[in-house]
Amino acid sequence: MSSTAKRALLDPVVDNNPVTLHVLGICSALAVTTSLLPSLYMCVALTVVAACANAAVSLIRHVLPSSIRIIVQMTIIASLVIVVDESLKAFAFETSRELSVFVGLIITNCIVLGRTESFASKNPVGLSFLDGVGNGLGYSVILILVASARELFGAGTLLGYTILPNVAEGGWYNPNGMMLLPPSAFFVIGLIIWAVRTWKAEQVEKPEFRIHEVHRTEVL
Amino acid sequence: MPDVDKDRGSKTETVTRTLLVAFFVSLACSSLVASAAVLLQPRQIANAILDVRRNILEVAGLLQPERDVNELYESIEPRVVDLETGTYVQDVDPETFDPLEAAKDPELGVEVPADIDVARVRRRAKLGLVYLVRRDGEVATIILPVSGYGLWSTMYGFIALEPDGNSVVDVTFYEHGETPGLGDFIAKPGWRAFWRGKRLFDESGVLRIEVVKGRVSVDDPLADYHVDGVSGATLTGNGVTKTMQYWLGDHGYGPYLRNIHGEGT
Amino acid sequence: MGSYVELFIKAVFVENLALSFFLGMCTFLAVSKRIQTAFGLGAAVVVVQLITVPTNTFLYHYVLEDGALAWAGLPDVDLSFLGLVTYIGVIAAMVQILEMVLDRYFPPLFHALGIYLPLITVNCAILGGTLFSVQRDYTMSESVVYGIGSGFGWALALVGLAGIREKLKYSDVPDGLQGLGITFIIVGLMSLGFMAFAGIQL
Repeated sequence: MSSTAKRALLDPVVDNNPVTLHVLGICSALAVTTSLLPSLYMCVALTVVAACANAAVSLIRHVLPSSIRIIVQMTIIASLVIVVDESLKAFAFETSRELSVFVGLIITNCIVLGRTESFASKNPVGLSFLDGVGNGLGYSVILILVASARELFGAGTLLGYTILPNVAEGGWYNPNGMMLLPPSAFFVIGLIIWAVRTWKAEQVEKPEFRIHEVHRTEVL
Repeated sequence: MPDVDKDRGSKTETVTRTLLVAFFVSLACSSLVASAAVLLQPRQIANAILDVRRNILEVAGLLQPERDVNELYESIEPRVVDLETGTYVQDVDPETFDPLEAAKDPELGVEVPADIDVARVRRRAKLGLVYLVRRDGEVATIILPVSGYGLWSTMYGFIALEPDGNSVVDVTFYEHGETPGLGDFIAKPGWRAFWRGKRLFDESGVLRIEVVKGRVSVDDPLADYHVDGVSGATLTGNGVTKTMQYWLGDHGYGPYLRNIHGEGT
Repeated sequence: MGSYVELFIKAVFVENLALSFFLGMCTFLAVSKRIQTAFGLGAAVVVVQLITVPTNTFLYHYVLEDGALAWAGLPDVDLSFLGLVTYIGVIAAMVQILEMVLDRYFPPLFHALGIYLPLITVNCAILGGTLFSVQRDYTMSESVVYGIGSGFGWALALVGLAGIREKLKYSDVPDGLQGLGITFIIVGLMSLGFMAFAGIQL
């Protein structure tokens, strides 16, 4: 793979992760992260939509007039999301019930619209497709991390298989109920951001205000 | 002069192009969406039916993972019941009757007055569905669909009864919005086991079934009618009690069950 | 009447779109730095919700639902699969109209909100409010109450977060948590606090 292609694909996973660096696209994700399986479906759904939407917008980028740019992008994204939603209902019925409104919310997912607007409208089809996949992967990494943490510590299972036997079923692990409640998703992401920014110091935000210490001997 | 002509020329071009692009994008998108919807619909309907059947088989204790659901379902006989009189209705097809849809219809459904509506269903259909499990031609289990408001939203479930219409075989809530880790005990097999053998009505025909706070005490005189609750999830438990009290009472399947107590199915 | 009050309280506190369902996070985190901007955006969101939730619920019940077109003589038509596209179209149109109204009659507010106004269109909370209203089958009056309630709840969370972040301006936050990280932790704590409202029955 050429280096531009590789960069388009791998950059968004850590260095340019849409969720942890750019604060994009977590909305439609977090509510389903109480267990890993629906989250995996969400990851696939979003990656498919992002890649195909990027490719489609890139295809018409030279003929698309500026005045209807945004609405056309949204129409394309909305149509793709409907196709994905209907496919889920046809092939994975139980999970589609759990995912209910959240698949529809991919339409307003900032990552998808952000990439079609900033990347796909200026780059060739192949590269745009890869960029969509890359951003989907970046989003998926975060989602899978959060969902794994929440399901594992909240219920002792992963993908339904018992990893930490629950006290209720004769084991030793007392499940941390808070992990299954909304606040835990925020805490987990906060901790992930902390870890990533400690690893990659260039992502740290500069504080707006700093209190300066002044020593008595200094001239004010 | 030539500049004005060029400007006017490019302006028309942009408007036409805008309309053309808008038209073709709309055409492409609507074809894509419409084909997906039409092609996938039969599968979706089949899935929905399969899901309901799986839940019914599960509460009847008949679900076997290796066997085909539709095949196992052949031992289930759905019937339509007039809720007011408690008698079977012959001229409505149980396979196509949907009580939730009928509830919304002004003709087929009634509004439940607030003082009776303990389960907060708001509307219910005049007719109800019951599922009879037949073994060797005899009725082995009666399954009734129930629904009611828990803590967060409506819970949908089934209750399976012995042929006497009074002893409980199993209870399941296949759809609910209760708190994960707390209120979702209603879907866990551990709690469902508490229902086995419990009775709904006492000797004088009064509906006594209830989910209590915490464990059922050994000295409880009504222990036969009480089911253990889960501490910290009392409101969900109350929701279950109210659901059962509504649907098994005089405004739900009560008349039907009374007919069964009297004469059998 | 009581059930409307309960619906409102639930929409604002118990099922807060931002703190319980994580909707509208992008703008939420970006705008919550200053209380004033937060107020303006929150007010705009309430107005948009008030308009779009009932409109979309109406469209669902009378145009898109299975059998909804019976009044036009087409009882067998099921257009529910067009739901998502319709709702987002309505939202985009309503926001555009709101922009024009604000520009004409409230120019200072229009300039204060700047780029955030068109961003309301892609705010998950707006679409989420519509989708919940349709999924839970609210009547028209319930959808109005839910629209106001859900918008108000989101605005309340936004302004609350802005207040806390302003207070934290001078705090010594670890480098890795500076900015985005600590905001998430704060939101998590706020979410935990709002959960205390669960189980309120009026």
